[in-house]
Amino acid sequence: MSDLWGGLSQAFYMLFSLDADLVEITLRSLQVTLTALVIASLIALPLGALLAVRRFRIRRLTIAVLNALMGLPPVVVGLIVYIMLSRSGPFGVFGLLFTPTAMIIAQVIIIVPLIASIAHQALRELWSDYHDLLISMNTTHAQRMKTLLWDGRRALLTAALAGFGRAIGEVGAIMVVGGNIDHHTRVLTTAIALETGKGDFALALALGFVLIAMAIAVNLVIHWLTQTEKEGRW
Amino acid sequence: MSAMFPLIVEGAMTRRGGKVLVGPVDLRLEAEGITMVIGPNGAGKTSLLRLLHGIARISAGQVTWACDEGEARRRQAFVFQTPVMLRRSVRDNLAYPLRLTGVDRKTARTQAEVWAEKVGLGDALTRPATALSGGERQKLALGRALIRAPDVLFLDEPCASLDGRAMRDVEAILRSAAEAGTRLVMSTHDMGQARRLASEVVFLLGGKIHDRGPADTFFDSPNTAQARAFLRGDIVE
Repeated sequence: MSDLWGGLSQAFYMLFSLDADLVEITLRSLQVTLTALVIASLIALPLGALLAVRRFRIRRLTIAVLNALMGLPPVVVGLIVYIMLSRSGPFGVFGLLFTPTAMIIAQVIIIVPLIASIAHQALRELWSDYHDLLISMNTTHAQRMKTLLWDGRRALLTAALAGFGRAIGEVGAIMVVGGNIDHHTRVLTTAIALETGKGDFALALALGFVLIAMAIAVNLVIHWLTQTEKEGRW
Repeated sequence: MSAMFPLIVEGAMTRRGGKVLVGPVDLRLEAEGITMVIGPNGAGKTSLLRLLHGIARISAGQVTWACDEGEARRRQAFVFQTPVMLRRSVRDNLAYPLRLTGVDRKTARTQAEVWAEKVGLGDALTRPATALSGGERQKLALGRALIRAPDVLFLDEPCASLDGRAMRDVEAILRSAAEAGTRLVMSTHDMGQARRLASEVVFLLGGKIHDRGPADTFFDSPNTAQARAFLRGDIVE
């Protein structure tokens, strides 16, 4: 228990003294995850809508694969991205390994299936409501997808937040491809892993509390910005 | 704009899971008037309308408009028995069909306000469409169907669950649409409504057109015994 209290008090101390390292690590965590989230959403949300409106031959297979990939082990993704980006790999010439960009790539791969699956689930319901009307109005596939994405935006927000949650707390992949290099690729989760390994539980816990607080703060800010809980809105 | 009519239906049929929903149907619709599709439950009224509108899969025969198919699809609209409300405001629901055809936002919104006024939803512009009552939903669906000034409007029991006031409003909107040159094809359960609006009647029974005629002669002296029995209020199979 004393570790917990020690961690909590150290967390408060570091937060209120705006510890330079802590601020840097936290901002990098946010930067990497939010960038990954934006890119992943741009891929996954239209994909979810496409799977809802179109009936193509490999649709069922795609959905099954996406659902399976939701549980993709991050460390395996890290390994594959590592091999792709390493000097001898196909994308080695870009020199991306052990950079924040590599971490973003790994996180995008991890959360695209999750966001696409949840988005597809939500939009499928909406599509069964809208189906007859949109067919009757002679809409194009693009218009149908656009309508679903817009009218389903609140449910899609949940999908995106689930993706954010998975990405911000992820350690396996970004440790492998980022390398946890101080002042370069160290983020909250990799720092926690490092401090735990070193036996500095108080610092590790402090970082953990900051991570949790940040995840809650981001969720609250997004909900507040979009006013999800307001009555009579969607 | 080329003429859409006559609409010629030859041996058209829809099936689902081996069961024939409606057909084979032969029908010729001319450009004028209000056609009422009547018949007992399960006779295929909804299926016939969907078949004509082109949203049901045709398993046999054909439905041919006088103009090409793409143009025909653009110039018709459908009002469902349970209106589909987009999860948007009343104004955005009304503007939606216009936005689809590339009308700019401002013009679409102005048009939407004009139509909201016409269908009696002028003070509900910013309300979410899903919060409307049944009658208001039906009026919104009507306005949304009419806003593109379709040449043909199909209506599937548009007054099925409306109170007298709402029904009167809806019928007034339908009459003025017909006067403005929109061809109406609608189904109804309400023989009073059929008598009030119809210029022509199609009586469906068991998925087939059993009797058909101009409204005045049909209601006074139907050709078939079943139609007579149906109009009397008997149960017809």
